Formats: sequence, C-alpha cells, structure tokens
Amino acid sequence: MATYIQIDPTQKLDPFKSVKKLPLEEYFTSGHRTCQGCESALLMKMMAKAAGPRSIILGSTGCMYVANTTYYSTAWVVPWMHTQLGSSGSAALGTSAALKVLMRKGKMKNEPINVIAFCGDGGGADMGVGAISATLTHAEYNSLILMYDNESYANTDIQLSGSTPWGANTTFSSPGSVKRIMHRRWKKNMAGMMAAGHPECRYVATICMSYGLHGMNAMRKALAIGGPTFIHSLDPCPKGWDYDPYLSHEMGELAINTGVWPLYEVEDRVLRLTGRTEQIAAGKIRRQPVRDYLLKQGRFAHFTNDDIDYFQSKIDEMWQKWLIPGVIPFFKDVEADPPPSK
Amino acid sequence: MATATVVEEKRSTDKTALITGSEAIAVACKLADVDVITAYPIRPYDTVMQYICKLVANGEMDCEYIVAEGEHSQFEIVKHACACGARVFCGSSGVGWMYAMEALTVTPALRIPMVAMVGNRALDDPGAFGVEHNDALAVRDLGWQLVWVDSAQEALDTALIAYRVSEDRRIFLPCAISCDGAFLTHSQALVQIPSQEKVNEFLPRYNRADLLLHPDNPITVAPQGNEDWVMEIRRQNYAAMERVSVVLKEAYADFERIFGRSYGNPFFEEYMTDDADIVLMGMGTLSTPVRVAIRQMRNGGKKVGFVRMRWFRPFAAAELAKSLSRFKAVGVIDRDYSFGSPYMSGVVTTEVRTAMYSAPGPKIPVLGFIAGLGGREVTVPDVETVAASVYKAAEGKSQPLTQWIGLRE
Repeated sequence: MATYIQIDPTQKLDPFKSVKKLPLEEYFTSGHRTCQGCESALLMKMMAKAAGPRSIILGSTGCMYVANTTYYSTAWVVPWMHTQLGSSGSAALGTSAALKVLMRKGKMKNEPINVIAFCGDGGGADMGVGAISATLTHAEYNSLILMYDNESYANTDIQLSGSTPWGANTTFSSPGSVKRIMHRRWKKNMAGMMAAGHPECRYVATICMSYGLHGMNAMRKALAIGGPTFIHSLDPCPKGWDYDPYLSHEMGELAINTGVWPLYEVEDRVLRLTGRTEQIAAGKIRRQPVRDYLLKQGRFAHFTNDDIDYFQSKIDEMWQKWLIPGVIPFFKDVEADPPPSK
Repeated sequence: MATATVVEEKRSTDKTALITGSEAIAVACKLADVDVITAYPIRPYDTVMQYICKLVANGEMDCEYIVAEGEHSQFEIVKHACACGARVFCGSSGVGWMYAMEALTVTPALRIPMVAMVGNRALDDPGAFGVEHNDALAVRDLGWQLVWVDSAQEALDTALIAYRVSEDRRIFLPCAISCDGAFLTHSQALVQIPSQEKVNEFLPRYNRADLLLHPDNPITVAPQGNEDWVMEIRRQNYAAMERVSVVLKEAYADFERIFGRSYGNPFFEEYMTDDADIVLMGMGTLSTPVRVAIRQMRNGGKKVGFVRMRWFRPFAAAELAKSLSRFKAVGVIDRDYSFGSPYMSGVVTTEVRTAMYSAPGPKIPVLGFIAGLGGREVTVPDVETVAASVYKAAEGKSQPLTQWIGLRE
C-alpha cells in the first residue's frame, strides 16, 4: 500500500526502569517562582528530564508561563518559547513543521528533536481545544501536547475552567447565602475526547505526578511513538484547591484511589488502564469514597452531605455505567429503552 | 548606453504571464522558496492559497502547506515556524484577519519577520466581500510594516522586497501586503515573472541568527517582562521600525539593479504632480479611476495630480509633507472609516494631516473624503467631485473637512 503519511524519525526514549535510574541532569532548574507544593512545577521538571536536552518546549499562557519565566531568571535549560493561551496546538504544529521542512531541504542539521507544547486546563480544555484537536489530526508532525490540569485558572486568581470539578469554590463560583453551588458543570473529559476524536493520534494518556515514574514514561512513549500525541496530567494545586502544600502528593494519590482521576493510555488505538486504576478495575483494590478526597480541600468546604452524595453518584456512574469506565461516557445499555422483542 | 544593455539582458530571462494579484503573490512565494504556509478560507485573499496548493501539488514548490482550523491558529502556526528559522507566508481578509488579532499582536512583538497578504475586505456586519482598508489598518500601531499595492506586478515585486526587508536582522518585523479585494486579488494583468537566479541574488536565505529557537541555541523567548523591562523591549521595536526606511531604500535600489524595474520613491508614487495645483491621495487600486479622471480633468485645463501612498507603515511623514507642501490643497480619499476620529476623517487623512502639521512653510488645506466602502466602485465623476471641492479649498473657500462621496441619498 502507498504511504501517505511521512513521519520523521523520533528519538529512542526507552522507559526509565526506576527512580534511581533517572538521569541526574536537570533541564528545568532554579529561577522559577511557583508556589510551594506546586505539582505542575514538578511535572515541568520531570517532563524536561524525560525529554532530555534535544528538545524544544513551547508554553502557553498560564501558571507555568508566568511563574517560570521571569525575564532574566528563566528556569529553562532547553529552548523555550511562550505561545498564546489557546495556541499550544498551533505552537506544536508550527514548530514541528518548521523542523521537518528545514531538515528536508537541508537548511538545518537532520536529527530528531522533541517538540513539546504545554497548556493549562484553561488554555487546553477551554480556549485551545480547537487548535489541539486540529494538531492531533496532522499525523505527519511529531509533537507532544501536555495539558497540566490544576482545575482552575490558577494564575489569574482561581477562576473556574471547563476542567474544574462540579461544585468547587472558585472566584467565579464562590458560594453565597442563597446559591451554594455556583459551578454546576461537570468536568470535561479531555483525554477521552482527544483519544476518541482523533483516529490518527497514536498516543493519549492520563497521568498524575504522584506517580512520577509512570508519568515520565508516558511522556517518553508519547515522544518516541511519532506523530502528534496528547497527555493530560492532573496536578493538585495548594492555592486553588485550598489545602496545606505538604499534602500535594497525597492529594494526587487520593484522586486516583477514589476513582475521580482514572489513569489510562491509548497506544495505537489500544486502551490500557494503568497504575492504581488498573488495580481498581480488576477488583484488586477498592475505590475509596470521594468524601476522603473532597473534604481535604477547602474548595469543597461548603459541600453538604447531599452534595458529596451527588458527587459520589457521578463517580459511581462513571465506573459502573460508562461503556469504558473513566474513558468513554457512553452508557453500556440504553436504559428504559430495551431492544424490541422478537 | 551600457546600463540599458545590461537591463535588457536581464529582462530577457524573465517570463511574462497573465495572472491575478493573488497568483502573483503565490508566484513570489514559490520564487522565495517559502518553507511553511498556512491557509484558511475567506474571500478574497484565499485565492492565493488555492494557487499555492496547485504549485505544491504540481511539485513546483516544496513547503509545508498546512490548512489550519481558524485564522488564529493559521497565524500562530507560522509564527512558531518562523521562530525556528522557517521562511513563512500567511494571509487573510476582513474579519478573518481580525479573528487572528491576538496572533497579529504578538508577531511583531516577537520580532517575527512573517510576510502576509491581506486581501482587503469590508469588516462584518453587514456582510460584504468588497474592499475596505479597515482590516489591515487595524494593526497599524503594533509594529507591522504595511504596504498597499495597485497592480499584480507590484504585488509580486513587493512580496520579494517584503521578505528581503522583514528578514533583515536590523528589522525582524512582519509585513502585510494589502491587495484590494476583487479589484486586485481577482483581476488579471500581464506580469513579468523574474528568473530564479535573479531572485536568489536579491533575496538571501532567512537567518534567524541569535534568536533561533533550537537545542543548539537554548534561549527563552518571550518571558514575563512586566514593568521591569517591557518599556525597553518596546523601544527596541520602535528602533527597528525606525530603521525600516533605510533598509527599504537599500532593497528598492538593489531591486532596480537586479530586476531592472524601478519604483522611484518607495514610499509613495506621484502621478502628474510636476505642474499640479492640487493633488489627490489614496491607497491601492483607487489609482485606476483617479488617473483616468485626472487625465480627463487635465483636458479641461485643471492641473490635478495624484499621490498614491504605497508604504503606510512606516509612514514617510517628512518626505510626504515636503512633497505635498508644493501644492495649494490636498484631498485624501480614504477607503476606510474611523468613527469618532478628529474631524471624523478616515485613517489616512488623519495621518496625512499629522504629517503636514509639522511641515515647514504655509499650512495648506487637507480635505478628507470617504469613498468606495464595501467594494463600491469609485467612479470618474466621484473623483471629479472630490477635485472640485479641493479646488475650492485651494481658492480659500471653506469646505467640510470630511465628506462622504458616492453616498446614496
């Protein structure tokens, strides 16, 4: 069969075997001014380490732009460029296209260079979703789009995004004396949408830096597989979620153990649940009640027991009724509409 | 004469083709060996992308030809490609150009030498495919070089000049080439297509130099500057725009030497001004009816001239004011509007008045005329109406500072 898509060679990036086997070199170092307990900063550090020095990183507007790149004190050792809030997809595409054509024409030394564009949940799941979607259809351009999801516009004063959990207290959804729940939208299913909607995209994964090695190896796989890829990372945020910074790691673990944040990867259209999520699905460990997760965060402090029950019911629905639990929100059966009898 | 022979020889390698303004710019992109091009449909500019698609499909051009999902992405994609050392081309029209506005603001701020085509089109609403200049003019304060051309030949030549000037390390600013929708984008004319050898001699390869985003040059581009440094960075862009005049004149001189075609003063073109009492001014294809009207008026003994503004940014204020001070009055025809502006005049009028204010010598009247909006034809009688009013102002009779021409009662 004819080949229609010409994917350029990528770097060979084998999985790291253990934390002790990680390279010592840092490509995201001092000079940033992220908050104490910032999991997104940890993600940046581990992403740069996973990608290595022959990489170009594009960062759309958000915490990881504003807090990381004060003029004259950049934290980036690898080349880094700002892109606009909704432009992570376009930045990845444009950079990758330039490398491809310049190398093909002999205007640049031919070598595989990683292209990573990151965005927050505001830049990714809200404003940038169109551009990310478009980039995931351009199968001939190698890049990774990494969405760091701290579940709010955390740099501009904690405003809700399409990725903020139901009911959370943000500065655009602060509870009042008459209306307790001001944010009544359910969190957008971004990774599932990207995986289901882009048949040519070879790798989509969800990660959480509470399981750092897992996350880094997902990023290495995304960069090595070729073509455009997408990773969605859940990043606990002490400022936006309102908890003590020392709890960041535990908060990520709870998100996964309560089933709120399922870990999975879709590699060459094959779905695998990964990490603790796989064990929950296999019945090896039980899902913790979401109460354990919600009540540790000030953003849910206004919740009544009814609110918690509603939240739990939606998570249960995701695990019990979704066609693929945590991934595709189609129900397994059409309820109240049984197939016609013969 | 020896020089004439040389010019003749060079011309002989050119080809002549009957092509539209859009096609002329597509040919320029091919000759310039552009690396990354992004397309998105909107009339009337998008014909350029249709021609480029054919060039790529026929193997006449090697580039990444990317169809984007909106103008914002369209301009962001090439912005990033250009930061990595690729020569890029982009374009839009009307509200499409406005949809890209965020990308259009950061492109000059980042010193990205993008060359774009604006097929000038009226902004919505109400919908209109026809020409107005408000789309391109919307970026006039941001660091874009803005040029209006009035023929397919000039479109091709100016595109080559635009790459040469924009990509000069002294400049590194984007350039938008404005082509009046329909009148130029879709109108065919005989165009001399220069040989690849001449283009290679004129246009060096794009070198992003110290600003190249590459692992061998690990820089951080566009960090947070805030009140500490933004003012100094803005001043660098100011200085770059200030340098354009010099670099532009070098480029036009080299263009004439290599291609044997001269544009005289790069900034504005004068027509029958030597003995003129009054002059009319305007940009783009307005020149066609104005030139016809002037020839007719001169048959009737009226000494009217025409100054066609080519480069609007940078604005050659001193040169223009010096030239215009030769006449008794000036009438500027704007194919744009600026509601609430001083004297409710169009953009070009206001800028010409600003330039004239500081000119030495007696103050001469500068009248503003708004005409041809939404693609309406500016007719010869329209131009005669304009000239009659300017003549009255020249004779010291009071005239309105802004008049709408060709308006239905």
